[in-house]
Amino acid sequence: MTGGSVPTVDEIVKAGTPVPDRRRKPRLTKRAAPYGLAFPAMFWLGFFFLIPIIWMFVVSLNSGTLETGFRFSWNWANYTNGLTIFKTQYLRALLYAGVGTFGALVIAYPIAYWIAFYGGKRKSTYLFLILLPFFVSFIIRTIQWQFILADNGIVLGTLKSLHLLPQSFHILSTQWAVMGGLMYNFLPFTALPLYVALERIEPSLLEAGKDLYANKVTTFLKVVWPLSLPGVFAAFLLTFIPMMGDFVNAELLGGPSNRMIGNIIVTQFQNTYYPQMSALSFVLMAGLLIAAVLYAKFLGTEDVFEAAGRG
Amino acid sequence: MSKGAAREHVASQKWTRFILPVYYWLVVAYLCSPIVVMIAFGFNNVPGRVNAKWYGLTLNWYRDLFSSPGLTRALLTTLLLATMATVISTVIGAFLGLAMGRHRFVGAALVGFVMFLAISSPEIVDGSSQLVWYVRLSKVSIGPIHPFALGFPTILWSHVMFCIAFVAITVRARVAGLDGSLEEAAQDLFATPVKTFTKVTLPLIMPGVMAGALLAFALSIDDFVISSFVRGHTVTFPIWVYGSAKVGIPPQVNVMGTLLFVGGLSAAAVSAVLPKFSQWRAGKRLERERLERATAAAAG
Repeated sequence: MTGGSVPTVDEIVKAGTPVPDRRRKPRLTKRAAPYGLAFPAMFWLGFFFLIPIIWMFVVSLNSGTLETGFRFSWNWANYTNGLTIFKTQYLRALLYAGVGTFGALVIAYPIAYWIAFYGGKRKSTYLFLILLPFFVSFIIRTIQWQFILADNGIVLGTLKSLHLLPQSFHILSTQWAVMGGLMYNFLPFTALPLYVALERIEPSLLEAGKDLYANKVTTFLKVVWPLSLPGVFAAFLLTFIPMMGDFVNAELLGGPSNRMIGNIIVTQFQNTYYPQMSALSFVLMAGLLIAAVLYAKFLGTEDVFEAAGRG
Repeated sequence: MSKGAAREHVASQKWTRFILPVYYWLVVAYLCSPIVVMIAFGFNNVPGRVNAKWYGLTLNWYRDLFSSPGLTRALLTTLLLATMATVISTVIGAFLGLAMGRHRFVGAALVGFVMFLAISSPEIVDGSSQLVWYVRLSKVSIGPIHPFALGFPTILWSHVMFCIAFVAITVRARVAGLDGSLEEAAQDLFATPVKTFTKVTLPLIMPGVMAGALLAFALSIDDFVISSFVRGHTVTFPIWVYGSAKVGIPPQVNVMGTLLFVGGLSAAAVSAVLPKFSQWRAGKRLERERLERATAAAAG
């Protein structure tokens, strides 16, 4: 056979295969691009977020005062003393954050459910209304609660004048005010990850449940709830530990007997007892680290990013 | 199932389907109640400083908005701070968002986890750790400038820190939804990387960048906890308000809160409408060009 004959199968395949193009090969600049793009941000996060936390751990093992200078001395007493002296405040923070998180989850879940499945075209508008409080400083909002819940304010004053409540009744300066404030302030943070998880569930799965003669409750318990659990965990992560570290609600809405560990950390800060402050604060960070590593390992970081991006 | 039972079933469904919407609006009312009170009491004709009872309508506090020098200075500090933090964090964060959304690279998972930590860490931990770090660095100086002496600069560094993560995530979400072939086309047409970026990539990710910038601005304006640790003697708006909470906040705070609220809503509305508007305009232009071509063809 000479040239000009019918091409063989091999030749056809070869012709169909794209010729390796030099220009398309990732060049060095292109491969280096992501590192260049990420570098400034990673430098900033490293220098102003990660290193400070590591340094705080070092300071938490220091002894001394601001005047005499701090010395590194493996002073674990900051932890043992901190956890024994302020045990009540840690436990109180656990309790308040637990109740606050639970309350926020219970209130937010039906909301997220309704927007995700019944929101239709207006989904983003409904979600936006839930985020409306973010447009007002949370300090101002908490002070407004102080005002709304005042002993003779618009709510309690009215109820008292109608003799529906005894004159001595009060909410401010009780643990209920603090838990309520925590729940209020973190509610949108709870709703967002729940919505992200619920919105991803195919409505056809609910149809399938119906077709199989499951009633609404069974469909919810067997289909929706298990599929929404990642959102519940994300909401927990974004709510519980930040709530534990909060001090504003206890300060503005609570009384002297409602002080949480956050208030103690602030007091230590104001007295410049930095090693003790660092130890108390690092305990919270350790709690977050454990929760975050577990969460990221099992569920990945995507859902939290999606929720945060909508905030 | 008998006919009657079926009808009853439908009726009960009709009734129950109102539960969730009604509940939703009740929760929205609950979430907004402090905002309503804030706005209303900015119009309260209160005689003294303590704004705790309704006395009647007035616009005095809008007129005397800047009559408290400390409060005015705090607001200006916050606005300057938020503007600077937004500009810096938007540039840095957008680059990171681009890297995470467009490229696969070694260490991407680590970068993701660091951002994840930055978003979920309690503010009190950020505040206290950055405080001890700045105290450690307080002696560092560049000429006469001490960049880590507690005060305005340290608040700025910290605000940029937490804004970066949120900007990056917002931009990344936008980048991930884009078609990479447009940039490849630009490169095939021998555009330099810089030109490809400014002429193709940047316009495409702009809505994400704008959304990220807005988020950064809002976060910076609102920050109280971190600022209270690293502020030195600088007073921001939330710090001033918190400090005066014990003695009663003056009505000007309500007015400023109201104006910030309205401003924030307007900015959000503009950023939501703007992409749609430019899309609409581009569509119109395309339509006009097509029409002109058709007319020309018909005339020729």
